[in-house]
Amino acid sequence: MKHNLILRVASKFLIPLIILFGLYVQFHGDYGPGGGFQAGVIFSSAIILYALVFGLDVAEKIIPANVLRTLAGLGVVIYASVGVAALFLGGNYLEYGVLGSTQVAGQHLGILLVELGVGITVASVMLIIFFAFAGRGRS
Amino acid sequence: MDFILGHYNYWIVIFLMMVGFYTVISRGNLVKKIVGLNIFQVSVFLLYISLSTVDGGTTPIVKEGFDLYSNPLPHVLILTAIVVGVATTALGLALVVRIKEAYGTIEEDEIHEQDHSL
Amino acid sequence: MIDIFINITLLAFLAITAVAMVRMSNLFAIIMLFGIFSFLSAGLFVVMDAADVAFTEAAVGAGISTVLMLATLALTKDHKEKKPLGHRPWLPLAVVIITGAALVYGTIDIPAFGDAKAPPQLHVAPYYIEKSMPETGVPNMVTAVLASYRGFDTLGETAVIFTAGVAVLLLIGGRRSKQSDKKQDEGKDDEA
Repeated sequence: MKHNLILRVASKFLIPLIILFGLYVQFHGDYGPGGGFQAGVIFSSAIILYALVFGLDVAEKIIPANVLRTLAGLGVVIYASVGVAALFLGGNYLEYGVLGSTQVAGQHLGILLVELGVGITVASVMLIIFFAFAGRGRS
Repeated sequence: MDFILGHYNYWIVIFLMMVGFYTVISRGNLVKKIVGLNIFQVSVFLLYISLSTVDGGTTPIVKEGFDLYSNPLPHVLILTAIVVGVATTALGLALVVRIKEAYGTIEEDEIHEQDHSL
Repeated sequence: MIDIFINITLLAFLAITAVAMVRMSNLFAIIMLFGIFSFLSAGLFVVMDAADVAFTEAAVGAGISTVLMLATLALTKDHKEKKPLGHRPWLPLAVVIITGAALVYGTIDIPAFGDAKAPPQLHVAPYYIEKSMPETGVPNMVTAVLASYRGFDTLGETAVIFTAGVAVLLLIGGRRSKQSDKKQDEGKDDEA
């Protein structure tokens, strides 16, 4: 689809909006519908659209495969380390109340970090899967 | 009439479940089997969300002026199940790709034939 | 009243789409119908007050799954399902009808759709609905339950997604095409 002018122009306009929307869903998930799972999928769909329109090689230059693999692990590590941090601060595993000065502040911080971890893992795993399928086709 | 309206959701869910099940057990094409599994999966999602609905309730996001909410627990379970579901679907499709590379076909009959002729 | 009408219509559409998917043999058309199927179910989730779930289903089902299935189709190059030769359709049909009848018999005891006094609505849900805002300060109950009350569960789910990503990489992560595979095999044979 590299030579389709309408697709190129329209997707150049759309991709930043999709990424912005993904970030909104990620960080506004406490107040409205949304959260790490949805944000991760929306974010990865922006990159997938880019890869479909501008070609796989260009997309892999933006997010190299080894960076994606690191990020996929990093998300799980962020999630798990929030739990370990709660252990060190005297709470139970994943008991966010001890992370902040008050119960509510701690919960808020914990939920934000955990959702961030989920978002990073979901986005990078979806991209890993897509790149694996798309990359298999070229010789 | 009330009984039919109150159970219509469950019956359609069971119908979809059986359509998915039928596709999985009767068709030989591996891609179609995975589509069948996905139909089955969506029907389970619909069953859970149907159970969570409350008449006159609203989306479970706290806002003043509302005090009747849907049950949030099934939403949480299904939300994660959808994303895990796509990850496992991708795994199944990856297996299909490898089977195609190894056997040159994605029809179950032909794969069995090749296995028996060895 | 209007939401019951939308509910019934969307469910009927879902059933029709599913039957169409089973009857078709063109895989490309089946996958396109699957995108429609996911989108219809996302609309149904909105009607049933599950905004978060609808969000996810619309992004995942109609977006990522469809793209992945199309990618598989491009890789396998089989666009037409071959009719099974030795199978008889009535055996699976009988199995499905008997299972379905048993399940329908089971639904007679299920409380009616939308019943506020049904057992699922009385057990832990009232606790979440009353306490999640004062205890976590997060208005979206789904996020509060997902990340805080059921944090272990979500940690496990994240790990499952990560594992699925690793497994896909192990299966088809390499760049080898079919031709290079064959060449390598031939090379090995020559050496032997």
